[in-house]
Amino acid sequence: MSPWQVIFRREFRAYFATPLAAVFLVVFLFMSGVFSFSMGGLFERGQADLRSFFQFVPWLFLFLAPALSMRLWAEERRLGTIEVLTTLPIPLWHAVVGKFLAAWFFSLVALALTAPLWMTVSWLGDPDQGVIVAGYIGSAMVAGIFLAIGGFVSALTKNQVIAFVVTIVACFLVLLSGFPLVLNFFRDWMSSGAVDAIASVSVLTHFNSLMRGVVELRDVVYFASGICALMVATTFVVDWRKSA
Amino acid sequence: MRELISANNLHKSFAELHAVKGVTLQVNAGEVVGFLGPNGAGKTTTMRMLTGFLDPSQGNVLLDGFSLADDPLAAQKTFGYLPEGAPAYPEMTVRDYLQFIARARGIPRREIAGKIGEVAGRMHLRGVLDQVIETLSKGFKRRVGIAQAIIHDPPILIMDEPTDGLDPNQKHEVRELIRAMGSTKAIVLSTHILEEVEAVCTRAVVIAAGRVVFDGTPEEFELLAPASVTRNRMDYVFRQLTATAAEVTL
Repeated sequence: MSPWQVIFRREFRAYFATPLAAVFLVVFLFMSGVFSFSMGGLFERGQADLRSFFQFVPWLFLFLAPALSMRLWAEERRLGTIEVLTTLPIPLWHAVVGKFLAAWFFSLVALALTAPLWMTVSWLGDPDQGVIVAGYIGSAMVAGIFLAIGGFVSALTKNQVIAFVVTIVACFLVLLSGFPLVLNFFRDWMSSGAVDAIASVSVLTHFNSLMRGVVELRDVVYFASGICALMVATTFVVDWRKSA
Repeated sequence: MRELISANNLHKSFAELHAVKGVTLQVNAGEVVGFLGPNGAGKTTTMRMLTGFLDPSQGNVLLDGFSLADDPLAAQKTFGYLPEGAPAYPEMTVRDYLQFIARARGIPRREIAGKIGEVAGRMHLRGVLDQVIETLSKGFKRRVGIAQAIIHDPPILIMDEPTDGLDPNQKHEVRELIRAMGSTKAIVLSTHILEEVEAVCTRAVVIAAGRVVFDGTPEEFELLAPASVTRNRMDYVFRQLTATAAEVTL
């Protein structure tokens, strides 16, 4: 086993050692059901697709991903176990990546458990399976970027509540930077190039194109490079603040 | 004798505080060094620099010939470390935790169960292997911390207050264990208990206000007390050494 796998295994199991895993999964599935059926009108729309579910996924993860990521480093620092972890003969980035992947894999499990929705629309109609797959890819990407942001914030503090709140705010900003509300505000006094630049860092812009079934290289590159950059930044922050 | 720990002129400054001011320490295999000093003298900071948890502001550390700054992974393979307070993941069972440490230390899969059995036997943890760490008493937690540090049988052991929180019987056992391991390893342990130094250490290093103020055998340490002092001679020497050092810095 490579060191990151050792860390991954421990972290993933740690979610199930507390009620966190169960609470998270129940809330995630309950909320995704409420959103899809009551607010998204999954049945009323009369269309065999999962748009009414996917459009709420970023908002769901906005509040739930920080709950998964807040403990990643803040807890290590509060318990002092970071002193054991960082003096083991493993490269620090293995620990950073292993922890992130554990949180990400957990969120993928949550997404996988929404499969009954997929089965329902497939049974009721004849949905475009490619669009649904793209939607799931987009959802996984959003979870990934939020968890990477959350891991980074968690490395900055000892306090999980602070990590949770700050992560929500940070994710909210990257989510919202693609909203017409925000973009119109900038459009009045900025060049269209600058507005496009702001829109291009938005999670929502990239997610929406995936949700429509368009898997474009630039969207995948956006999420992948965002996650990688945050891994590097987290490694630096952990190294810099591990003893603080 | 093989020189396993070589720390040269270590300094550590935090924002306003110059916590460690030039500590030099050489430890050979077969030596058990008792690291003494008042609270805040820089013991924990020095140990953290020996393990790479803290980077020294100045100076360098060689562990079994590997530079902690240039080749941290090779250097960190050479030691086991019990940090202050014996931190461990509270939600894990003792067995899972030791398994995690063994895997992270790269012990081959087929040897792991055997190693866990071995350290559990030595640290008297057999009965609690499947218990969750947060439910254990302070003494058991401390022993889990020591077990974690010795599971890979490292040539170097660095332990911050290994007997803190143990009852007299457990203290005795841990001291016996340290003495037994001390014949082949280089061991550095910090303590507040002067008798402990006499009981297990081959060498005493006293640190006060960030500097080494004494480095010698426990016998030499005790002989610093004038003949007129007949009781608690080590306490007397400790107070003299650390009080003057504190005054110098004021």
